[in-house]
Amino acid sequence: MSARNRELLGLIPASLLVTAGFAAVFIQQRSLSNVSLTYGAIFLGLCLAAHVFLRIALPYADPYLFPLTAVLASFGLVVIYRIDQTLARQQAQWFVAGLGLFVATIVFARDYRKLEQYRYLIAAGSLALLCLPRLPGIGAQVNGAYLGVRVPGVFVFQPTEFAKIGIVIFLASYLRDTRQVLVAGARRIAGVTLPPIKHFGPLLVIWGVAMLLLVVIRDLGSSLMFFGAFLALLYVATSRFSFVFVGMLLFGVGAWYLGTHVPHVVDRVDVWLDPFNPGRYPKEGYQIANSLFAQADGGLLGRGFGEALLVSPGGQSILPAPQTDLIYAVIVNELGLVGAVAVLTTYLLFVQRGFKIALLARDSFSTLLAVGLSAVFALQVFVIVGGVVNVIPLTGVTLPFISYGGSSLLANFVLLALLLLVSDRARRPS
Amino acid sequence: MRLFATVVLLFAILVIWTSRWSVLDAKDLHDNALNARPLFAQLRVQRGAIEAADGTLLARSVRGPRGTYRRTYPTGSLFGHPVGYANIALQQLSGIERYRNDELSGRRDELGSLADQLQGKRRQGNTVVTTLDQAAQRVALDQLAATGSPGAVVALDPRTGAVKVMASTPGYDPNKLGDPGVFRALNGAGSGAPLLDRATQSSYAPGSTFKVLTAAAAIDSGKYTPASMINGDSPKAISGVSMRNDLGASYGDITLTAAMTNSVNTVFGQIGEALGKRTMADYMRRFGFYRRPPLDYPASEMLASGERLNGRLLPVTSPQVDVGRLAIGQDKLAVTPMQMAMVVAAVANRGTLMEPHLTDRVVDPDGRTVNRIAPRVAGTPISATTAAQVNQMMRTVVESGTGTAVQLPGIQVAGKTGTAEIGATGANLTQPSFVAFAPADNPRIAIAVTVERSQGGFGGTVAAPIARAVLQSLLH
Repeated sequence: MSARNRELLGLIPASLLVTAGFAAVFIQQRSLSNVSLTYGAIFLGLCLAAHVFLRIALPYADPYLFPLTAVLASFGLVVIYRIDQTLARQQAQWFVAGLGLFVATIVFARDYRKLEQYRYLIAAGSLALLCLPRLPGIGAQVNGAYLGVRVPGVFVFQPTEFAKIGIVIFLASYLRDTRQVLVAGARRIAGVTLPPIKHFGPLLVIWGVAMLLLVVIRDLGSSLMFFGAFLALLYVATSRFSFVFVGMLLFGVGAWYLGTHVPHVVDRVDVWLDPFNPGRYPKEGYQIANSLFAQADGGLLGRGFGEALLVSPGGQSILPAPQTDLIYAVIVNELGLVGAVAVLTTYLLFVQRGFKIALLARDSFSTLLAVGLSAVFALQVFVIVGGVVNVIPLTGVTLPFISYGGSSLLANFVLLALLLLVSDRARRPS
Repeated sequence: MRLFATVVLLFAILVIWTSRWSVLDAKDLHDNALNARPLFAQLRVQRGAIEAADGTLLARSVRGPRGTYRRTYPTGSLFGHPVGYANIALQQLSGIERYRNDELSGRRDELGSLADQLQGKRRQGNTVVTTLDQAAQRVALDQLAATGSPGAVVALDPRTGAVKVMASTPGYDPNKLGDPGVFRALNGAGSGAPLLDRATQSSYAPGSTFKVLTAAAAIDSGKYTPASMINGDSPKAISGVSMRNDLGASYGDITLTAAMTNSVNTVFGQIGEALGKRTMADYMRRFGFYRRPPLDYPASEMLASGERLNGRLLPVTSPQVDVGRLAIGQDKLAVTPMQMAMVVAAVANRGTLMEPHLTDRVVDPDGRTVNRIAPRVAGTPISATTAAQVNQMMRTVVESGTGTAVQLPGIQVAGKTGTAEIGATGANLTQPSFVAFAPADNPRIAIAVTVERSQGGFGGTVAAPIARAVLQSLLH
């Protein structure tokens, strides 16, 4: 069977899921009609259109990535619909816009290797994007972190989502150039292999940028995501675990220092260490404690779609930001551990396809790009889910393709487009 | 590739942590004091109704905002005490609402609730049908209120133990308890303690009504018969202290029946001394004293009856107990109206004491009876012969003695008055009470009435008319 036919078959579970999901939510609201079928049909139609486009534009691209994305996005739509129907309608519009950007990326970045030529421009642009939220007037502070830019009357734009792609492109390109020197010039100092000082500089700069991110946007999760992707790329580029080890050490020291000295980060760390402290519960601890309570309420099989309690009888929210930060808690609450594992498995399959593409790629820039994109995607899932289940301090990152948010959806569709582009080139018969 | 292995490892950590919160530690989190979810879940349960014996709604849940339910009590203060109140948001429960909380809130075991969930059923509470009689309850409360003093009435079916009336004044309206201000005010000083259920939570000196138990013990022990002659002169030294009859009347040598009819203190004082502390203690225990009544009601809202000193139960055998005065219902006796109703109920039911109960049956939302409270024997404190003889003596009290005010046309009533003296000597403060059952030859209702702190009132004039009105309501 050809790759594209497999992709077509893969879309069937996605449309079944969205139809069944909407039906479940409608039954819960006692208004079952053929609307759920309509939603399913529209969704399937859009996916089919994208599929036909892929058939023409990228006939050799990986056949599983797009269906996996469709599963995640349709699942996200259903969960958001269950939380707030208005938001779900907006999210559906963002989904259409995301598909548009997806198509545009494939058309205009067809020869993605040209991106290398603009790497410093892309790097500078990404850093500028990251600092944007701190600019007075347009910056938006959410829970003490600077992650958004307010576009008046339209929406809050989250530059981190796009910056992550830009930075991965830059790093992939930079490491392709310097990997030889990094490995060849390495010296052993005190039993640890270190790269040469001359090329060590830029790496320290990147570390510094990650630390700066912590200070500037005050978000531990985002900087963990960026730095983690960097280490993954460094490892693939040089095959030296010691580099990664040194990197982790440096990050650990930096994170520890900031985690004990920057007030907002300190709060987050305190709450992380003791989520049920009654003194902190009414303010800082409220979100994470209720996230965990919601998960406990879900149990093994969950309460069922639409059964999670989001608003108290008094009318106040008992699960803050359920459609973005805490959407994973809603999923555990309603679908239980089983549903959550299914979602995580879907992400894992997505990442696995990403790494597979990296293995098949024929040039090192393509390999590094695919690794970087997959790693940053995996880390984003880890950072937000890890935050929600209190493995790491909770931060305001979105769950890719599932959380509500235009920036996140658009950026992740660009990420998907780039992966498919790399994949098409890698698998094309020469 | 090692990188992918790292990702798998990271995701495995996520799965482990998710399992930790959602399954392994779920119970701890559920019980965490900060977790408001269990409470909200309770608010979303449609609690079952509580009904009177005739099906009148006494409590029901109506839809409130956001899928929650609000508890209302259609009969207001009428059944405030036996039914109690349920304020889920404040976790305050009392009375039947509290005792039957599991049934009313539809609590199921884990498997049952999973089955319900799969069938898409919402958790719904069961209905509790009580044995309470709406009309008689109203009569009792109206009559008590007319005396102007706090008081209590307990009426039950001696054959089954079904409680028909459980009235206490002053009362309260459970519909208004949701307001914390009202709740505080009702609990505050000077409020007259309206939340207190005087039928089960307050204990009083029973006075001469206790002579029913003394007479039963005297005959059942074999030491006396209704025809035994005892000297009824006044005053007489009992336990070394002078005891007087009412109005200082001397009766000469009279039968036990005559002593009962005229409530002769000195006769019963002598009987108490002759029976001794051990025998009195034995019969009191047999009738249920020194234990909380076996009523389907929260234990914290019931008091055990007996001799009490400084609020503590004192054994009858204690040197501090004056058995002669115990025998006439004085000394340090502290008895609940529920306990006195049980004493006469046992006499009425040919010596067999039935466990009193407020719940008749529990009905699930589909109308199936899931639990029917069967009559249960609590014990046989006296023989059927003794019971018949005491029954006969109590009839003469109503026919020609102190209890004529309870006479009903066409129905023979057996009863006993009581007027305990309380407060300082000469203050003329009394505690009038009355116990009765009817019809005397085949008793269907046993009743105990107590009125607190009457200015010079007698059991026969203050309490007996209340008993009469309630009996009339229940027997006609």
